[in-house]
Amino acid sequence: MPDAVTIPTATSDAAPLARRRVSPLPENLFSATVIGSGLIVLLLLGAIIVMLADGAWPALKAFGIAFFWSPVWDSVNDKYGAGIMVYGTVLSSVLALLIAVPLSIGVAYFLTEILAAPFRRAVGVVIQLLAAIPSIIYGMWGFFVLAPWLAAHFILDVADLAAPVPGLNKILDYGSGNSVFTAGLVLAVMILPLITAMFVEILGATPVVLKESAYGLGCTRFEVVRSVAVPYGRRAMIGAVMLGLGRALGETMAVTFVVGNATRLSPNIFAQGSTIASTIANEFNEAGFGSMKLAALLGLGLTLFIISFIVLAASRALVAPRAVS
Amino acid sequence: MSGRTSARKATNLVVAALATGAALLSLAVLASILWTLIARGAPALRLSTLTTSMAPTGEHGGLANAIVGSLIQVGIGMLIATPIGVLAGTYLSEYAKGSKLGDVTRFVSDILLSAPSILIGLFVYVLLVATTKTYSGFAGAVALAVIAIPIIIRTTEDMLSLVPVALREAAAALGAPKWKVVTQIAWRAAGSGMLTGILLALARAAGETAPLLFTSLGNLNWSTSLGKPMASLPVAIYQFASSPYEDLVQLAWAGALLITLGVLAINIIAQLTVGRRS
Amino acid sequence: MAETPELSSLAGAVGRHDTLKGAAPFIRTRNLDFFYGDNHALKSVNLDFPEKRVTALIGPSGCGKSTLLRVINRMYSLYPGQRATGEVLMQGENLIDAKVDPTDLRARIGMVFQKPTPFPMTIYENIAFGVRLHERLGKSAMDERVEWSLKKAAIWDEAKDRLNTSALGLSGGQQQRLCIARTIAVKPEVLLFDEPTSALDPISTAKVEELIAELRADFTIVIVTHSMQQAARCSDQTAFMYIGEVVEVGATADIFTRPREQRTREYVTGRFG
Repeated sequence: MPDAVTIPTATSDAAPLARRRVSPLPENLFSATVIGSGLIVLLLLGAIIVMLADGAWPALKAFGIAFFWSPVWDSVNDKYGAGIMVYGTVLSSVLALLIAVPLSIGVAYFLTEILAAPFRRAVGVVIQLLAAIPSIIYGMWGFFVLAPWLAAHFILDVADLAAPVPGLNKILDYGSGNSVFTAGLVLAVMILPLITAMFVEILGATPVVLKESAYGLGCTRFEVVRSVAVPYGRRAMIGAVMLGLGRALGETMAVTFVVGNATRLSPNIFAQGSTIASTIANEFNEAGFGSMKLAALLGLGLTLFIISFIVLAASRALVAPRAVS
Repeated sequence: MSGRTSARKATNLVVAALATGAALLSLAVLASILWTLIARGAPALRLSTLTTSMAPTGEHGGLANAIVGSLIQVGIGMLIATPIGVLAGTYLSEYAKGSKLGDVTRFVSDILLSAPSILIGLFVYVLLVATTKTYSGFAGAVALAVIAIPIIIRTTEDMLSLVPVALREAAAALGAPKWKVVTQIAWRAAGSGMLTGILLALARAAGETAPLLFTSLGNLNWSTSLGKPMASLPVAIYQFASSPYEDLVQLAWAGALLITLGVLAINIIAQLTVGRRS
Repeated sequence: MAETPELSSLAGAVGRHDTLKGAAPFIRTRNLDFFYGDNHALKSVNLDFPEKRVTALIGPSGCGKSTLLRVINRMYSLYPGQRATGEVLMQGENLIDAKVDPTDLRARIGMVFQKPTPFPMTIYENIAFGVRLHERLGKSAMDERVEWSLKKAAIWDEAKDRLNTSALGLSGGQQQRLCIARTIAVKPEVLLFDEPTSALDPISTAKVEELIAELRADFTIVIVTHSMQQAARCSDQTAFMYIGEVVEVGATADIFTRPREQRTREYVTGRFG
């Protein structure tokens, strides 16, 4: 028996004491504070929607519901619609996905299946750091490095090749280094680390038992990934792509530098164009307090909000079942 | 049979080659970005960049007012965002389990997290700039706070949900009321993770340009007044990079290098904080 | 009925006989029912826990023994959807009455958990945290209380030179004794142990069991255990529970040597469970 407990302790030592009464006040105060903070968040989103809708109201009243798709942006005659920018936004983002998703799958496959295990963690950290680089840096790189290079070495050659092909020569026509295509390329580079990081996580989450039983059947690495890991994580991967799409749709700085900021509609992806975010960033300072142009720009903002909400809801709907089970 | 096997093995090799190619291409692009940043930014980065204010072309200006403006706006933004984010994250983790209001709050926080940052700028413009008829550093700080809040909420909730139930029960079994269990046990146990989230939010806010364009606007002159337009590093970079003057473009690259180093440093510190915990 | 070999071997482990004499009930449950949502987890439990004695609750997993502990200190009220009906009487007061403040109650009824749960703070602060919840003590009084409780939990010698280091640096057995010290520092009247040694090695287990024998002088103790040996060694009274009901309760020596019920006999001899 340890000596320490033989210290004489009278029974009364353990007798109950006159204890402090616990006041319910701090408890109620604290729970009210945290619930209040939660309500601030709700209020914040409510305020964003109300302010955007309220600010956009004059434009919506003047041009009707057609504002959301009408391809007119005429500052001289004060006639506005979001069509051109919605087209540029969707086109550049879809281009970005078409480039970034296959690359991300390749990089994720390389990182999880080919790269030696000791390097994986280091490379994972590097990817996360790249995802943290401010988007304006991607925009500057696009403007000063990528766009001049494309103008000198890529666009003319591709347009030459496409010229004899009817239809294709409308899409890949002669154009400029600053274009919707360049914007899509810069966006692809920007969302590449983001999507890759999620893919690596999803592929890594495949239960080892499943992978091992596939190897046990004599599958090659690629077959294990294609027939076990990808089906297992398919919904989560689509969710990750949707998150990347959401990032691309709303990105301002990476796009504004390189998209060309021309408010006209063209099927040519090498033509200068504009996105919702780039138009707002570019033209906002030309719009006076209370002007129709300001209302139209806020209307563009509302349009962007609706588009990104739809994409987020879709990505959640796809990822949610996994989270529940 | 063996022909089929060799075809499968060949496919495997082709895929491996393609994946390696994708990795190398990505690496080359990202190396190009970092190289451009350093090659163009480093030569332009001098001590005078940090000590003199912005100036028109040919007058050898620096970025001092933009750096100070960024520090002020990010600092005040984080002072607003941290308590709201931590408390709302605490609400989601500790008080809202299984409640409808909690689910709605979590969804709304996710919408804010993925909302384009330029919309946050528009919102604060309507809320604070259009009503006061002046762009201001305070409006910029509020916009950055709105960017940071959902990031802090998400990490706070995630980190608190990792605190073992047994630890909370042990504190409750000693007679601790719930608010003390949360503030003295759960917050302490999740502390480093929550700090990481706050640092990541800080890094994100520091690099944001779009929300500041129509809130604090930018300012060529030295100004620390929260009621007036205020310079910031990202907006200064944007203005100078799109100017036609070579000296201003160089300054923009110096600023880009500075801000990237700053953001990466904060991220590395945040990663180390997590590493220490686990 | 002839004693089976298994029973006589357990009888050897029973330390004390007739130790229940002269002990008045300190806590009594009357028609206690408990529900997890629709799941009826305790069915009309009537049990007396004698003052300054050790009561062991035994039974197969899911029999409700841990649930009973969590009802006595109202742990269940942390979770919505869990409710108790009936009475848990301590000094004439029904503890499960909504009027009784659970935080006051838990100061009087301490609990030690299955796994050690040191708080992420220093050893000293681990003890002081609980004390400060209920009393305002000066520096020297707090120092005394910390020393007293650590001595009482037989960990003073190992901890005294590192009071200001993190409690997470202690070994598992030391952590569990720190948790016991933390619990008694609040000066409760009752100690609830929920399988306190199931995560510990045999040597640490022996230390904790010795400690429980010591603490018996000052506290009314209830211990939930999976180990029949432990129940036999540590307790004065044993209750065998099965699917939410108390099958049999009596002096520990009787339960392990002369069980009245067939199910008790089968359980204590290891034939099911």
